Amino acid sequence: METKSIMIVGVGGQGTLLASRLLGAALLSENYDVKVSEVHGMSQRGGSVVTYVKYGEEVFSPIVREGQADFILAFEQLEAARWLPFLKKGGTMIANSQKIDPMPVVIGNAQYPDGVLDAIRATGADLVEADALTLAVEAGSPKAVNVVLIGVMAARMDLPYEVWEKAIRETVPEKFLEMNLKAFKLGFESAK
Amino acid sequence: MEKKLLIGNEAVARGLYEAGLRVASSYPGTPSTEITECVAKYDEIYSEWAPNEKVAMEVAIGAAIAGARSFCAMKHVGLNVAADPLFTASYTGINAGMVIAVADDPGMHSSQNEQDSRHYAKASKIMMLEPSDSNECLQYAKLAFELSEKFDTPVILRLTTRVAHSRSLAAISERVDNGLLEYKKDPMKYVMMPGMAIKKHIVVEQRILDQVAWAETAVINTEEINSTDIGVITSGITYQYAKEALGKNASYLKLGCVYPLPVEKIKAFAAKCKKVYVLEELDPFVEEHCKQNGIEVIGKEAFTLQGEYSQSLIKQVILGETDAFTKTDLDIPARPPVLCAGCPHRGLYYALKKLNVTVSGDIGCYTLGALPPLGMVDTCVCMGASVSALHGRNKADAENAKKSVAVIGDSTFMHSGVTGLINIAYNQSNSTVIILDNSITGMTGHQENPTTGKTIKGDPTTAVSLELLARAVGIDRVRVIDPYNLKECEDVLREEIAVDAPSVVISRRPCALLKYVKHNPPMHVNPDKCVGCKMCMKIGCPAISMKNKKSVIDFTQCVGCNVCSQLCKFDAIEEGK
Repeated sequence: METKSIMIVGVGGQGTLLASRLLGAALLSENYDVKVSEVHGMSQRGGSVVTYVKYGEEVFSPIVREGQADFILAFEQLEAARWLPFLKKGGTMIANSQKIDPMPVVIGNAQYPDGVLDAIRATGADLVEADALTLAVEAGSPKAVNVVLIGVMAARMDLPYEVWEKAIRETVPEKFLEMNLKAFKLGFESAK
Repeated sequence: MEKKLLIGNEAVARGLYEAGLRVASSYPGTPSTEITECVAKYDEIYSEWAPNEKVAMEVAIGAAIAGARSFCAMKHVGLNVAADPLFTASYTGINAGMVIAVADDPGMHSSQNEQDSRHYAKASKIMMLEPSDSNECLQYAKLAFELSEKFDTPVILRLTTRVAHSRSLAAISERVDNGLLEYKKDPMKYVMMPGMAIKKHIVVEQRILDQVAWAETAVINTEEINSTDIGVITSGITYQYAKEALGKNASYLKLGCVYPLPVEKIKAFAAKCKKVYVLEELDPFVEEHCKQNGIEVIGKEAFTLQGEYSQSLIKQVILGETDAFTKTDLDIPARPPVLCAGCPHRGLYYALKKLNVTVSGDIGCYTLGALPPLGMVDTCVCMGASVSALHGRNKADAENAKKSVAVIGDSTFMHSGVTGLINIAYNQSNSTVIILDNSITGMTGHQENPTTGKTIKGDPTTAVSLELLARAVGIDRVRVIDPYNLKECEDVLREEIAVDAPSVVISRRPCALLKYVKHNPPMHVNPDKCVGCKMCMKIGCPAISMKNKKSVIDFTQCVGCNVCSQLCKFDAIEEGK
């Protein structure tokens, strides 16, 4: 098979790293060759963050560039628009409806644009919108936004449900397991 | 054989473990930090955080001479700090094997410059290996120990961000520990005075010739012949980019050893291909070697000295192909990194802003105080430079000494700030040094340091007292403030800057992200009281924004630090319940 590319984009501190690890664990248990590229350090401090997950028979480059992502999982609207150029023609953008003002907006040096998701839809991109924060709070914590969104994407992928559950068990700490399993289920079912 | 999905740094740690590593000493630095964090999880290995990279490397040298396989890790700029022991360890050689990991950061994801560490290998005459994925990280770490002992030299393992921080599958095996080798007193080998060093330099030059001969046939320098229309000479992550971009349309010479480089092997490969490219990030290191040896290659004239390469760049330059993409016509504001909600540095910077001083800055989370709306850092050069450069500024322009301060974190101060402070005391400049003591090494992701009272394994140990240390070097005025208390910060700083004597102010409050730090319930804005004056926006807290001309606080981010409420003249910001 051809190598598939997924990007997880968001704001530092939203839990994109855990999402990419969970995804990597799920794909690995399906015997794919997997590469996951993370960036640590300065950008984790509230900046725009991106991780790449690639899988297939044999994966070479761990990174994704413009026009190459089969899926983009965006944790925040503005980040969805920022990284849209990385979506492959025919790829799917899954965007959380959450909005987080970047500092230039907070201090009045820039405007958070209106109608971000409509603008993405207008480009002809396949857009799936998710209210992950509401579902995460329903699952028990606003921090579970990441696992809700993985659930939304899982509904569009071919991996069996049990594989995802197993990956969650392997990735999240025991005391948050039930909450994360619920978060995944809520995300998964919302996209069905 | 079992395979695990490991980040490159984890895989290096696993390889070191399997090779029987016994002593590891490092200073944290993105993107190298996780190697030593992972090493510390193995109880068979003694591991530690050293105060800086020079100390770490000297610890590793001492351990290797004593007969233990040893290791130190650092980021590219850390190797500048450790360069002094590096160049002479090349002469002494080792007893048991010694491996140095250095992680470069092309694209500067988390660094202040984009230097290429391969020059250090050549300058210090020390062999350097470069893996391209996690499995190679693991295997090369083991090979590095073998080569270290084979050639009686430390060996450098060079990583770049994308190798260090990408997960891929690595084959795991068991640890083999050969124990402590016997140490034999040998001043001709280990005491580098001129008489001995002159003889050792001859040995070093011969060693390079021997290593070149090894490199000509080494299995990690591999040829892969496909179409010979395009030949690619490459190493590290760029090999992976090239394979994805060009596949079977090109032949490859992948160099696992980037110093010293083979000559005949490269000549033979180039002779097979019609057009030969050297693909390497940063400087034309391999390219210049080829050109010096009369091998015709295309390198930097077609690519770039700046930033990272990618499969797309290679495809575009060599094949002239690009991937189609779409974008919105929105004007998308940038999202630079910011000080976290509840960050203790915020209140301190706000106080400095009110005092309108010049701030000599340093390396750490607090460098983010340079960005708007605080915008309070004037300079940032390297670890420790805030303190010594402030002294220089105040000696150059004594009249303005009362309008300037240095800011430096607790870990950075221990790394190389204290020597600058000694200089301030010794050579008496009217300088005010603020130590931002957040009880942890923050930016690299929470590592213990000599001031925290804990070792790398979290065990209790002695803690350096910053107050006593400052006094001991000759600073008589030492004050401690809480950066969550804006009035206290401003009053104390005003006094210490005004006084005619060197002074140290310790701004003490643990990082808000530390697990043991208890957060208060989120603050909230009473919309009836808020007049929309935006005073609370002046501190640049990511949890505060304006909605419908009123301030609102994001409950998912706020940790209840109470700094914003001290700014509100209308008591509109209330404590949460």
